[in-house]
Amino acid sequence: MGHAPRFSLWSLARNALNHHADWPQQWRDAAPKPSYDAVIVGGGGHGLATAYYLAKQHGLGRVAVLERGWIGGGNTGRNTTIVRSNYLWDESAHLYEHALKIWENLSDELNFNVMFSQRGVMNLAHNLHDLRELSRRAHANRLNGIDCEILTREEVAAFCPGLDVSASRRFPIMGATLQRRGGTARHDAVAWGYARAADALGVDIVQNCEVTGIRRDARGVVGLDTTRGSIQARKVGLVAAGHSSVLAAMAGFRLPVQSHPLQAFVSEPLKPVVSCVVMSNAVHGYISQSDKGELVIGAGIDAFNSYAQRGSHPVIEDTAAAIVELFPQFSRVKLMRMWGGIVDVCPDASPIIGKTPVPGLFINCGWGTGGFKATPGSGHVFAATIAKGEPHPLAAPFALDRFSTGALIDEHGAAAVAH
Amino acid sequence: MLLIRCPYCGDRDEIEFAYGGQAHLARPAPPAAQSDAEWGAYLFLRDNPKGVFLERWMHAQGCRRWFNVARHTVTHEILAIYPMGTPMPDVALIAHQARGLMGGAR
Ligand SMILES: Cc1cc2nc3c(=O)[nH]c(=O)nc-3n(C[C@H](O)[C@H](O)[C@H](O)COP(=O)(O)OP(=O)(O)OC[C@H]3O[C@@H](n4cnc5c(N)ncnc54)[C@H](O)[C@@H]3O)c2cc1C
Ligand SMILES: [Zn+2]
Repeated sequence: MGHAPRFSLWSLARNALNHHADWPQQWRDAAPKPSYDAVIVGGGGHGLATAYYLAKQHGLGRVAVLERGWIGGGNTGRNTTIVRSNYLWDESAHLYEHALKIWENLSDELNFNVMFSQRGVMNLAHNLHDLRELSRRAHANRLNGIDCEILTREEVAAFCPGLDVSASRRFPIMGATLQRRGGTARHDAVAWGYARAADALGVDIVQNCEVTGIRRDARGVVGLDTTRGSIQARKVGLVAAGHSSVLAAMAGFRLPVQSHPLQAFVSEPLKPVVSCVVMSNAVHGYISQSDKGELVIGAGIDAFNSYAQRGSHPVIEDTAAAIVELFPQFSRVKLMRMWGGIVDVCPDASPIIGKTPVPGLFINCGWGTGGFKATPGSGHVFAATIAKGEPHPLAAPFALDRFSTGALIDEHGAAAVAH
Repeated sequence: MLLIRCPYCGDRDEIEFAYGGQAHLARPAPPAAQSDAEWGAYLFLRDNPKGVFLERWMHAQGCRRWFNVARHTVTHEILAIYPMGTPMPDVALIAHQARGLMGGAR
């Protein structure tokens, strides 16, 4: 266990001189054991983070993460990596801010560079309603101790010089909010960093292992059937994003979640031109620039339910039009790659974290189009929930039973543009 | 992009249609007699199968009429189209016929 040595300036220099030919394996390719104290289903960022905190903070000795494909191959490796915490309601603001605080130290904590870049997230206003909605949210954020500034049109132009702020645009930019502590992170590195750190604490990360059945007795969950044999566990956490309904059906309950394709694409590499993250609800687009220089552009969901991991062309066309409205100079930029993920959309645009009708079986899903930003916080509160058997205080409002009590957490404003 | 056969207008592009989600949802009556759990289930719990899904579509840019569709959520193949108000078809049968249609395991 813990085979991978720590990264340091010395190890980087030595391996550079070696042409990076002999880096050791960073985590074990574990085979499943017959039983565990806790099993996490889904090796995305949220599942891996959950396993890490279970081992690190709750001392669970025998933990496994089961992933049907490869770790980070789901939405974790397909998203546009925007990180921010400027949500409207107290419950969400506290949860996403909890995550943002962990992001700020995550590379150190994991000894793995997750390339967290606090370059600022700007949400544009194109009409009076936008201005009012955004300033309401900005004030709510400040009451919750979350940094948020309101920018005038001139300040928007100064902060992101590439944007076309001329009043003659069809959707003129009238102002924006800016969360300076928001930004982007390297999606794969988040999965790999948590995997490596969890492995070092003894967590088994089992890939190519699909869960096909959930076993229960009168007391609750007792184990799982998988494509690599059956596994006993009295604590199971489902963290399967777009496949959450499929897993819930195996345990005999339904979710308020619908699965939709969400697409993104990247352009050919350009010189630095977009210095921050720009998001617009009104034209529906979001864009940032990767360290390689690619424009990273996110689209909206396809309206219909799908598990196909690919989206439709009309959505791509709409998104390209939105980006060109904001940055007319990008109209001739070539797109290099496009892809889709399957996102788990909840009626109130907020996640579900907590217990299920089956004792011992916990669920973390419904992050929909915007859960990457929450990865560290989600794993942290979900691990506490699984370990103690009771919801972590920050997770409690996000319980599944809010869909019968009516205590919904409506974040359709903060999550209006898919991201 | 889907090519959807409106029962009234014929084959049209997906962009002419609005999506209505799960079909065959019945509003429980009387609402006041339902428990919170029953009412919450009616409002929010939905089927979300990886496979054949019975769903509603409306020809928004055409005749504006609603109809039901049986569609596979992985292949996106449209397997049946039938009028609103007809009883729920046998999903297992549709899935079985789809497998035959597609020549093998799916
Ligand atoms: C195009 C796109 C852009 C996005 N942009 C942003 C953004 O800018 N900012 C943001 O905050 N969020 C964004 N999101 C949302 C974000 O990606 C997700 O909310 C988040 O990554 C979910 O993480 P996860 O670990 O829960 O899910 P995933 O990474 O999807 O992990 C779930 C894992 O479960 C596995 N699994 C499923 N079924 C089984 C089974 N039966 N057995 C075993 N394993 C199983 C899957 O293979 C998968 O690897 C975006 C999403 C997409 C698709
Ligand atoms: Zn029609």
